[in-house]
Amino acid sequence: MNEKKASQPVTGAVMVVGGGIAGVQSALDLAESGYFVYLVENSSAIGGVMAQLDKTFPTNDCSMCILSPKLVEGGRHLNVQLMTLCEVESLEGEAGNFTVTVKENPRYISMDKCIACGVCAEKCPKKVEDSFDERLGPRKAAYVKYPQAVPLKYAIDADNCIYFKNGKCRACEKFCPADAVEFDQKPQTHTLQVGSVILAPGFKAFSPEVYDTYGFGKYPNVITSMQFERILSASGPYEGHLVRPSDKTEPKKIAWLQCVGSRDIHHGAHGYCSGVCCMYAIKEAVIAKEHSKEGLDTAIFFMDMRTYGKDFERYYNRAKEETGVRFIRSRIHSIVNDPHTDDLILEYVDESGQISSEVFNMVVLSIGLEISDEMKNMAEKIGVKLDLDGFAETSAFQPVSTSRDGVYVCGAFSGPKDIPYSVMEASAASAASAALLSTARGSLTQEKTYPAEEDVEKEEPRVGVFVCHCGINIGSVVDVPSVKDYARNLPNVAFVEENLFTCSQDTQQVIRDAIREHRLNRVVVAACTPRTHEPLFQETIREAGLNRYLFELANIRDQDSWVHQAEPEKATAKAKDLVRMAVAKVALLEPIERLRVDLNQDGLVIGGGVAGMSAALNLADQGFKIYLVEEKSELGGHALKVQKSCKGEEVPAFVKGMVERVENHANIEVLKGTRVNDVSGFVGQFKTSVQSNGTPRELDHGVAIIATGAHSLKPDLYLYGQNDRVTRWHELEEKFDEDPGKLEEAEAVAFIQCVGSREPERPYCSKICCTASVQQALELKTRKPDLDVYILYRDMRTYGAREDLYKKAREQGVLFIRFAQDEKPQLEAVKEGGREKLQITVKDHILGRPIKINVDYLNLATALIPRGQEEMAKFFKVPLNNDGFFLEAHMKLRPVDFATDGVFIAGLAHYPKPLEESIAQAQAAAARAASVLAKPYVEVEPVVSLVDQDLCIGCGLCEASCPFGAIRLHKVTGRGYRAETIAASCKGCGVCAAACPKKAIDMMHFRDRQICAAIRAGGARQ
Amino acid sequence: MSQTFEPKILAFLCNWCAYAGADLAGVSRFQYPSTIRVIRTMCSGRVDPSHVVEGLKSGFDGVFVFG
Repeated sequence: MNEKKASQPVTGAVMVVGGGIAGVQSALDLAESGYFVYLVENSSAIGGVMAQLDKTFPTNDCSMCILSPKLVEGGRHLNVQLMTLCEVESLEGEAGNFTVTVKENPRYISMDKCIACGVCAEKCPKKVEDSFDERLGPRKAAYVKYPQAVPLKYAIDADNCIYFKNGKCRACEKFCPADAVEFDQKPQTHTLQVGSVILAPGFKAFSPEVYDTYGFGKYPNVITSMQFERILSASGPYEGHLVRPSDKTEPKKIAWLQCVGSRDIHHGAHGYCSGVCCMYAIKEAVIAKEHSKEGLDTAIFFMDMRTYGKDFERYYNRAKEETGVRFIRSRIHSIVNDPHTDDLILEYVDESGQISSEVFNMVVLSIGLEISDEMKNMAEKIGVKLDLDGFAETSAFQPVSTSRDGVYVCGAFSGPKDIPYSVMEASAASAASAALLSTARGSLTQEKTYPAEEDVEKEEPRVGVFVCHCGINIGSVVDVPSVKDYARNLPNVAFVEENLFTCSQDTQQVIRDAIREHRLNRVVVAACTPRTHEPLFQETIREAGLNRYLFELANIRDQDSWVHQAEPEKATAKAKDLVRMAVAKVALLEPIERLRVDLNQDGLVIGGGVAGMSAALNLADQGFKIYLVEEKSELGGHALKVQKSCKGEEVPAFVKGMVERVENHANIEVLKGTRVNDVSGFVGQFKTSVQSNGTPRELDHGVAIIATGAHSLKPDLYLYGQNDRVTRWHELEEKFDEDPGKLEEAEAVAFIQCVGSREPERPYCSKICCTASVQQALELKTRKPDLDVYILYRDMRTYGAREDLYKKAREQGVLFIRFAQDEKPQLEAVKEGGREKLQITVKDHILGRPIKINVDYLNLATALIPRGQEEMAKFFKVPLNNDGFFLEAHMKLRPVDFATDGVFIAGLAHYPKPLEESIAQAQAAAARAASVLAKPYVEVEPVVSLVDQDLCIGCGLCEASCPFGAIRLHKVTGRGYRAETIAASCKGCGVCAAACPKKAIDMMHFRDRQICAAIRAGGARQ
Repeated sequence: MSQTFEPKILAFLCNWCAYAGADLAGVSRFQYPSTIRVIRTMCSGRVDPSHVVEGLKSGFDGVFVFG
């Protein structure tokens, strides 16, 4: 957070390297906050590994469905320049003013001309193993990376193209209808001026060939977890049918082997934990069982089940108890293949010491994450240091800063991590960039200008209909000329036209000309889906002076020609119906003005811990005025009690420095001893009443960040509170610091994990306790090497690089004893040789029998619990989850946002997490807040609810049913209550309109009469 | 009466999920009966009972709301 402000002028552009979810998130955050972005991707399309995944944990969302909108947004943002097939050659200059050299490899297909019809791939005779499908199926040498690729442009893989090999073929060139194939393209070099760089190259999945005893590559039914994702995917090599590679039969039994390439110092594998494999293996097992019609048996072989994230433990419990996934604690040494059946035999020792042998039809290797040699080369060219495992070196205090000033990092490149944490870091990296470059905000970004809008409301509708062939996509099934002729005779239609590609650049000109020439005031395009193409055509008609909302798309491709390929006549009839419905609706559409709400550019941060302070500092460094509210009389929160970060850095000095910066920052007003009493308003215009040291005060602000922290449980267990030798969290350290003699005298110390966590009443993992206890144990061993230290645990969850601490602790002689949830340690105060001791009785997992340990002190790792968040949740109309933590807008892709605009979350109030994750999340919240604050107003989608004040009876059903707090009752003198829309918060879902018993609410652009016109037009019998 | 009854169905699909699903069916080239007519809404919650009635009155044999 201690970013130096560059003293000379800086460049308001950023290069983001890597087009996976992290890179795209960084790019969008920056572009929305006033910075121009070059998004550099080395393959032919953005999307990264997330595009390959089938479902995502813990919500089982379809990965592609949630990713795709972000990719489309990134692909068409005016201030994001996509640079595919590009790699960074060099980076010169310094923070604020870098010169980057980028090499662009040839695509051999013109981006401008390619219409993505797929003819090149269809005609290409050369089959290649598809790396996107993890080599389970073929693609052609002329290919598109995946069907939803952004940019949706084909490429020629020169390494495999027949023409490049022996000079003959050129089938793609011959058949391409758009003349887009360009075999003479050469590599090009680009020089870019940027102020900062964000590295988001992601990771490489571990190659399990090095484990010769697993037979990967030799046994056809031993596959990687990435291959299993592709098998499950509907767009994968087997079209979503769960079959095994050898004979395409449905497996009856599948095993997952965990920690392949991770937590292993042999075989060219890695010592660190890859952090994501436990969860994805459970997810794959659960989804596999859903796919299989008859009872599929799934077994996961693991060492420690590391389900430490938000809602992960619940997911694990459900998989175990409801779905029936088997969990077997055993590391498998080798796989034996039955050559007759290609079944696989696993031998293992289970927890009771029993040797078993089981036959599986398929074995999935849960491969870890690693950094590829290409990424290491890139890091060297850019000049950032890597750690011993090859990940970008960062500090826990500056989790997204690399060793080179002005170069930031996010995602798995700085350590194994899952999607939400990568997205969080992506936003954090954009926040760090924005703080560095704030003086140049808006200097390189463009805002588009338009001609004045025609007033068409009083005119009779004159509809233009454009019917698209989409190459052969529509035209080969639907009789386009007949649809066009049919449209000509529909009511209000003044112009019809058919186009080979209605979306191509030249057709946009055709549409604009037709609007002017034929005085069209409404436009229908019959083509593909509005989800991807509506904004494009809306933009076109706006450029011709028509309001954006005088437009309708008839989806005659995705929902017609593609799904009725064998019934051309019926498909044509359907296309006519869809056009008729669109024309009927468009004739009733009204121009809608984009809504702009005034914005107060100040921000409010609630909570003065490290998360709150990090968020406040970043926004203040970006130039925004921030109120930082803290209930207690001092800043610092939980971190005041922490001695060392997981990387061994001194926390007290860091917190002290941070408090000083916050208290002296010109843009931050710190309000200590201050409580929030009430909140009103909405994004752009919040009003918060606080009680500051007894004095009431009103704060006006545009956004709010909630960072109210959490507490640790004071348990009613293990003699806590009854025996002063029983402590929790940092109390033991404090005891020894106060009186070093106590440590001197002590012979043995124990830690008990999961006290109050992972229990039926609190079914979540507190995430940080394993690492905290291991660190404390190591510290005690350093201070007193002959001290006996025991850690009693259920699963050791030292995820990611923390695994190294666990390994060190074992090397130092810390004794780890695992206990089961239903066989908890028993504690008794005893006397031993006249000295007071604590006697722990616990069943040792190796011996299988109870042992007794006498210790001088027992430290409890108790659950982290939220407290008093209900009130704050009510103030801001944001939800809490079942455990009482704040619930973000989307667990995967919007980890710091709420569904309520302008409110963000960071730190422990969201879920237990270590310091560096709190800091990253706080910076992420700051980035998201800045994307709102950076504009002079809040622009909101005008498809909102509309209340007829005369029909409204003030019953409040709408207010109760609105999920966004976007409609509320207000008092009207003499008439009681009436509902009013808060446009800035309204998402246009229309639930209020359906709920209104008086039909007093209508939805802009989806008005009752507009929907009914479409219904009637669709139902009219021909 | 024709030999096979092909019901004409009106479908209200939520923009964010079911409509996206119908698009995905297209991308995946899943083939299904051609007698369905789709109206996109921003949320299936927008669909008012009167829209269902209107559909049936207009000659649809069935209405389905998906979201």
